[in-house]
Amino acid sequence: MIEVINLTKSFGDHLVLDGANLTIKTGETMVIIGSSGCGKSVLLKHLIGLLRPDTGQVLVDGEDITRLRGKELDRLRLKFGMLFQGAALFDSMTVAENVGFALTEHTSLDRATVLSRVSECLQLVGLEGIEALYPAALSGGMRKRVGLARALAMNPEIILYDEPTTGIDPIMGDIINDLIIELRDRLKVTSVCVTHDMKSADKIADRIAMLYRGKIIEVGTPLELEQTANPVVRQFIAGDAVGPITEGMEFGHVTRRR
Amino acid sequence: MAETTTPNAGAAPGASRLGRLPGSFQALGNRALEFFDYVGGVSVLFSQTIAWIFVPPLKWSQIAIQMFRIGVQSLPVVALISVFIGMVLAFQSAYQMQRFSAEIYIASLVALSIVREIGPVITALIVAGRVGASIAAELGTMKVTEQIDALETLAANPVRYLVVPRFIATVVMLFILTCYADLIGIMGGFLVGVLKLDISPRLYWRMTVEPLHAKDVMTGLLKSLSFAIIICVISCYEGFRTEGGAEGVGRSTTLAVVTSFIMIIAADCLFTALFYFT
Repeated sequence: MIEVINLTKSFGDHLVLDGANLTIKTGETMVIIGSSGCGKSVLLKHLIGLLRPDTGQVLVDGEDITRLRGKELDRLRLKFGMLFQGAALFDSMTVAENVGFALTEHTSLDRATVLSRVSECLQLVGLEGIEALYPAALSGGMRKRVGLARALAMNPEIILYDEPTTGIDPIMGDIINDLIIELRDRLKVTSVCVTHDMKSADKIADRIAMLYRGKIIEVGTPLELEQTANPVVRQFIAGDAVGPITEGMEFGHVTRRR
Repeated sequence: MAETTTPNAGAAPGASRLGRLPGSFQALGNRALEFFDYVGGVSVLFSQTIAWIFVPPLKWSQIAIQMFRIGVQSLPVVALISVFIGMVLAFQSAYQMQRFSAEIYIASLVALSIVREIGPVITALIVAGRVGASIAAELGTMKVTEQIDALETLAANPVRYLVVPRFIATVVMLFILTCYADLIGIMGGFLVGVLKLDISPRLYWRMTVEPLHAKDVMTGLLKSLSFAIIICVISCYEGFRTEGGAEGVGRSTTLAVVTSFIMIIAADCLFTALFYFT
């Protein structure tokens, strides 16, 4: 179980998380939705200790990951697998080295065992025979799947997905959705997925949480969210340009922050 | 129209000058904070690097790759520039020495300036430009594509995995490159002295070796050690704090090279002064 308690985080003067609270149950798929740049990825990175909050706690099976350092933090991190938005594969390594990275770093398995585990993970995401390729030779969808295979290598209990369907074509996006569902059913992992793709969210989520202005304003099953009375959530789900989220905003001219 | 604009135009600078005063103090304060932030960040990275060097196992394969990139691939350009610098030094000193018919001393002059000063500094500047830029660009790209975050999620420490191999490779290879540069620079001077100024090779060699003391060689190599630390730590630091896509990577690369250059020359000045007085 992951508990996010009163999490606040600001970058400079910009308050991104403003007392966010969320509980993710073991074995469920929690999807966090919200507009672009509202801090969804920031929230996700707090769960695995990539960012440290200004105040608040993140309890992973009762341990506060925000206070851990060094070996303790590494031990807890190995419970996680994370798929990054752009897959974040190491360019200088082959697919096999990428997927087997954690195995060679943290276990004493011999090369043959690592390689067989690597091809096992690649099979899980529907890829075969690409072990010797470099990430630059892969398409966007393949990269994401290799990234997912890398996240699976250490048998994680929790998988974090940062915009898994962004930047790839809709068909590949749906393949990834199916993969997320399949992994949950087969490996019984807890999944936390950040997205603004409502179609994907509806398909994969056990529960959906909406992040708005640094707070989780609503949590519920996809069905419950569809019937919500909250106008902010309604606007986001419907994808309307007019509503409380966009009130008072001007889109006629773009102002850039320097 | 003119009546309304003229007084405004006259009042504006005065008003803005008053308004600018606290603003400029604030800017100065921010600059100072940024500076200490930078120094602090670099020092922390340096101490972390040193600490991780003593945590086995070292990534020997990574170190070997970096040594090849940093050292072996820099060798041609270091050699080329050193031989030219040696020749230029010989010509330049010959131009002045000829007035006193003291051409024979150019051998000693070239040898001492190259070993103590020019060899280490030129090599460090070349490596900072070539290697510092590539380290900053590579780590910067890894940062903006979240590869460094990915390393952390795989419980691999980025300092240990990325900085330590580059650090060891830079220190070792800059040392070796400096030795090469010294030898090749002296060879450049030798060519000019023997072929152009008709000094006998044996005499030139004797005049080169005689005034060189172990202290001179050590001074130069000690400098190269400190330059290696500067290049690697600053470039890695700039890489790690890269933000904002391709533009950010470009900015970090430039900053890494410029900051390394300044720091190398400043450190050189400090060392030279120090060794002058001791």
